[in-house]
Amino acid sequence: MPAEEKAGTRNPLRDRRDLRLSRIAGPSSLVIFGVTGDLARKKLIPAVYDLANRGLLPPSFSLVGFGRRPWSHEDFAAQVLESVKAYARTDFNEGVWKQLAQGIRFVEGGFDSDEAFEKLKATLEDLDEQRGTRGNHAFYLSVPPKSFEQVCQQLSKHGLAKTSQGKWRRVVIEKPFGHDLASARELNNVVESVFPADSVFRIDHYLGKETVQNILALRFANQLFEPIWNANYVDHVQITMAEDIGIGGRAGYYDGVGAARDVIQNHLLQLLALTAMEEPISFNADHLRAEKEKVLAAVRLPEDLSRSSARGQYTGGWQGGEKVTGFLDEEGFNPESKTETFAAIRLDINTRRWAGVPFYLRAGKRLGRRVTEIAVVFKRSPNLLFRPHNGDDFGQNAVVIRVQPDEGATIRFGSKVPGTQMEVRDVSMDFGYGHSFTESSPEAYERLILDVLLGEPPLFPRHQEVELSWKIVDPFEEYWASLDTQPEPYAPGSWGPDSANELLAQDGRTWRRP
Amino acid sequence: MIVELPDTTTSKVSKEIVAMRERGGVVTLGRVLTLVVDTQPDFVEEAIAAANEASREHPCRIIVLAEGSAEEKTRLDAQIRVGGDAGASEVIVLSGYGELAGESESLVSALLLPDAPIVAWWPHGVPQDPARTPLGAIAHRRITDAATEEDPKKALLGLAGSYAAGDTDLSWTRLTNWRIQLAAVLDGVGAAKVRSIVVEGASDSASTFLLAAWLKKALRVPLEIIEGKAGTGIHRVVFTCEGGNVELARPDQVTAHLTQPGQPEQQISLPRRSLRDCLAEELRRLDPDEVYGEVLTEGLAACLSPERAQA
Repeated sequence: MPAEEKAGTRNPLRDRRDLRLSRIAGPSSLVIFGVTGDLARKKLIPAVYDLANRGLLPPSFSLVGFGRRPWSHEDFAAQVLESVKAYARTDFNEGVWKQLAQGIRFVEGGFDSDEAFEKLKATLEDLDEQRGTRGNHAFYLSVPPKSFEQVCQQLSKHGLAKTSQGKWRRVVIEKPFGHDLASARELNNVVESVFPADSVFRIDHYLGKETVQNILALRFANQLFEPIWNANYVDHVQITMAEDIGIGGRAGYYDGVGAARDVIQNHLLQLLALTAMEEPISFNADHLRAEKEKVLAAVRLPEDLSRSSARGQYTGGWQGGEKVTGFLDEEGFNPESKTETFAAIRLDINTRRWAGVPFYLRAGKRLGRRVTEIAVVFKRSPNLLFRPHNGDDFGQNAVVIRVQPDEGATIRFGSKVPGTQMEVRDVSMDFGYGHSFTESSPEAYERLILDVLLGEPPLFPRHQEVELSWKIVDPFEEYWASLDTQPEPYAPGSWGPDSANELLAQDGRTWRRP
Repeated sequence: MIVELPDTTTSKVSKEIVAMRERGGVVTLGRVLTLVVDTQPDFVEEAIAAANEASREHPCRIIVLAEGSAEEKTRLDAQIRVGGDAGASEVIVLSGYGELAGESESLVSALLLPDAPIVAWWPHGVPQDPARTPLGAIAHRRITDAATEEDPKKALLGLAGSYAAGDTDLSWTRLTNWRIQLAAVLDGVGAAKVRSIVVEGASDSASTFLLAAWLKKALRVPLEIIEGKAGTGIHRVVFTCEGGNVELARPDQVTAHLTQPGQPEQQISLPRRSLRDCLAEELRRLDPDEVYGEVLTEGLAACLSPERAQA
């Protein structure tokens, strides 16, 4: 809740029932480090423009780029314009652009340059003066984690992290939040030594997606699902995040990271937490996090990690009419790498609600298609009335939440096949966001950047969640590192190595084809 | 695809829609509401265009009632549009002639989506008592547009007299961006400092009166309305405060200038909103807009009566 409301000086123009009044951010600026990177060009800058176009940014809003390029303010503005025109979701509007462009600044320099940070400081003071940003500034660190420490320390050294009465400073960091528990703690110490915990916003862009927020609505706004959302009715849960692309240009980053650290530790465990957590007492950030932390803390690792995990590396071959390179042959890549491009793990949650319900998580590259989904698979019905089929045909209902693409939810249930025979087959009942709501819902980054500027933290994981997630992933990583073997190869366009199928087969289950 | 069904009945129309779905699979079932547009033949295309655009955000079935001539032979002509001709929706245009010319509810009832909210929209001409028209009575939301009346002020007062929960007016929707900006301004200034308010706008701008009514009702300080040249929308709002005035002015109807004591002047892009935007905003919420109701029934009277006394 913003400070001005806490202080008891409620604004009478804001009526709680008046849902038309969306909150626009207060006077502030956004400083982006690593502004020439892909993320900044393709996501952050377009999202800033889209926010401006939707009228959600304050008139004083200013965008400051920090980088090594020898650019003037105008050069940078031209770059911004280019990425806005190429990637923005909303139509280009000259008036909005003019207003935004007035507040665009560029500061040239490296992260080690004291001079550049002094210049940044002067620029921000200037903006307070000229544009009325009133000393409120957010620093977006769109830089590799190894630079976090340096940037944070520079910000601290030049007095940029310091807040005074009624002014705020916030810092935004992107995953990865470390590569294991120890490094995550170290990173956190660095960031939180400079900024107070409340001012650190860790972005997991998955949490900004409409569908992910819809998990809460689906579960808690309906009477239909919650009564059966437990071990009495649920057989198991599958959470899948598949990409059809390879590592491409990220070769340098990916070696030694792998699928588990790259996505299971953050995105998939966050999805697991939202799927499995108890109902929070409110949408307040603390309440929401408390429930997520509880469920993450209740995750129990299997005793035999060898039987509860699988990993693989994609080989070269044909995928969807295209010849693709194998992981180990990717350009500029270490041909002896043991990094996995596919990981699947089984987890259990040690609560009454989920006792005996395994959660299977899998993530990989070069799989059949790009899809992220959560499938809650229910127990087989007794089927006393209907002829027993050979197992897989029907009987297991499922609620599938499709996170991307084609956002929506599907319910699978049995239905009679028309004809004289009493035959039952599984059919789908489908809800698609694109069918029932807007075709272009806001990009995750729009929501998240706005929340940073508003100071609303519910969608940002706190350090505690990051630590708990590493505690889940680290044992698998250690186990895999202790093996002397290569991850099992799998063909591009398939759904992972045989060992992944084995993982479910030993429990008498199979993966859904997403 | 456009299918013409001259001299027909609504049950034939209904059958044709199902048949079209089976033939081409072009019509999906995921509609969230039925939008019934009550208009005259001349305005049909304009209304459909706006509704189609809005349907991209809220897929709906759109039923357009284009009242035909009462002089002609009694018959019902229908037209179904789907696919590329209907945005993300399906459009049914119904034209009743002769004795059917004045019918509304009896024509649409067979075509309403089951179990989905109904929104009635009068794009031109505000009905006497929207909630008591046959169409208004079955609708969950009723959208009028006082700005299309010759005397918008009178139209608003008329709406105030007949207000029922679920009514809304597009001149209120057009205000949303102004209201967002003004609320943000007061977040910074502090409402307690406001001593009086001036709202200036065109004499025919329904939105200006509603804006004044909203401010008056929320802030409870003296408020003056200055009426300017017709057709120019809202001009400016001035908060007279301790320590200097705060002014949000829009001289060119596109860009607003915000001046505050001790702050640089700021510009805000605040163009008049398109019909499509307004309609999409209206369809976003299907429960009554209580704030609008109070502004219309309480705020407006407080603003307009002393002025009428002066005249």
